[in-house]
Amino acid sequence: MTDMGWRIWPEIAWVVTMLIVLTLIVSALAERDGNDDLNPVVDNLSARLRGWWIMLGLLGLVLAVGPMAVVVLFVFVSMGALREFLTLTTRSKADHWAFVASFFVVLPVHYVTIGANWYGFYTVFIPVYAFLILPMLSVLRGRTDRFLSRVAETQWALMIAVYCLSHIPALLFLDITDFAGGNFLLMVFLVLVVQGGDVLQHFWSACAGRHPIAPIISQSRTWEGFGGGVISAGVLAVLLSWLPPFGIIGAFLIGCAIAGIGGMGRMVMMAIKQDRGVQDWGHMSDGQGGFVDRLDSIIFAAPVFFHLTRFFWQTMAG
Amino acid sequence: MRDWIETQLGRLIGVALAGFIHLMTAPRIIWRGKPPGRRSRVYFANHTSNADTVLIWAALPPKLRARTRPVAAADYWLKNNLRKFFGTRVFHTVLIQRDPDQRGEQDPVGEMGTALDEGASLIIFPEGRRNDTEAPLLQFTTGLYHIATARPDVDLVPVWIDNLNGVMPRGEVIPVPLICQIFFGQSMRLAAGEDRDTFLQRASDAMLDLRPAEVDP
Repeated sequence: MTDMGWRIWPEIAWVVTMLIVLTLIVSALAERDGNDDLNPVVDNLSARLRGWWIMLGLLGLVLAVGPMAVVVLFVFVSMGALREFLTLTTRSKADHWAFVASFFVVLPVHYVTIGANWYGFYTVFIPVYAFLILPMLSVLRGRTDRFLSRVAETQWALMIAVYCLSHIPALLFLDITDFAGGNFLLMVFLVLVVQGGDVLQHFWSACAGRHPIAPIISQSRTWEGFGGGVISAGVLAVLLSWLPPFGIIGAFLIGCAIAGIGGMGRMVMMAIKQDRGVQDWGHMSDGQGGFVDRLDSIIFAAPVFFHLTRFFWQTMAG
Repeated sequence: MRDWIETQLGRLIGVALAGFIHLMTAPRIIWRGKPPGRRSRVYFANHTSNADTVLIWAALPPKLRARTRPVAAADYWLKNNLRKFFGTRVFHTVLIQRDPDQRGEQDPVGEMGTALDEGASLIIFPEGRRNDTEAPLLQFTTGLYHIATARPDVDLVPVWIDNLNGVMPRGEVIPVPLICQIFFGQSMRLAAGEDRDTFLQRASDAMLDLRPAEVDP
């Protein structure tokens, strides 16, 4: 185990304890319901819990091997997510080179610079260079049918599956004054608050939901649920404020921001699925969908969380 | 000894190939009919990519792979030693002569029947060649009918492979990872008194019915 592993063991012990308690509660609930009568709320919760355990295992990996292990892991997560995303985009044979470049050039180069902590490069590489050069590869093949849709959807795939997603491991390299070594707690905070926010929005919608946000997309996601969920995610963030260096008020505001972005991002992804006539992005495991399904809210929240943290806690202090 | 080494090497390459195709296509495997068991059956599928065979093969439970043999053209798979190795040791192909003049004692249907009698299942592409047209399915050749007549008690399972030609369109060298779907339909047999064209039409429709609904772009 690395030094930072020893330094923050009380925090880790807390998270593990919380997860064990939650898991016990959820499995007790599932037990009570029996197998024949599946309760969607409990199902949803246990699916999430599995995700959190995976996340925790991942953090164990950082502690044991170092941040590079997480970067490498996320290369594969991004590949899986990009594979899911590009499966659903408008494309033609003429985009083949653009796809090959996305998978085998853009994605690796982006992650190498994440691992090298070359902020100035990875921030602009996809939005500037990839976005300008990939359409050129498609144009070289000379087919113009649905050209703008093809180009734009490929760009969005990269944005979601590579650019946004990579801000989760990028958190490990932020240089925050007086917080050296504890960066992975930022990751824990992000995941717990955003995923907790999803559950809380679900919960508030079920309890007090009256007005659906967008009835066509989902009847069960309501303004009441969204508001209640975002505020209580802020409260959850305060309860977890010993993880990041934000202070109480900072934790509340950031908690609300990332839960709100995450919740709305989830709806954006639902809209895409609905348009393409699919239930899930992928099928990593039975009934749980794919990478994008499990990570949708975090994908939207990660870059915002990264930049808020960087802006207020890195540049001001430095 | 050499034989043993070749067999093991073939098995190893088979496992590696199946792993690779799973990585590239993360195939979603949907059994509309009965999943495979001990009994021999004939899978008939649409043919849009050279990787079709490998994908169907990789979609089957590992235990059944060695007993599921693609039916393929002898002139292609016997061309050089490498192909010969892959054809016999990795895929265990049932080779048939396309050119009638070269056929010796055995006719293609006889070869396939023998393989079925030995307990193998078969993979065939009834279109007879790769479909590079915009049409979803080409006119079937008569092979499927002949095998249905020769072995009327063998289940014929329609298969639809979706999206594989996106992974590696014709003429491309590097594949891109995209999710593929592979649908296995309800098994069928030759009905009593059914003539050739009716049967082939029914088989073709069974395949087309498996296609996922298209969403307007």
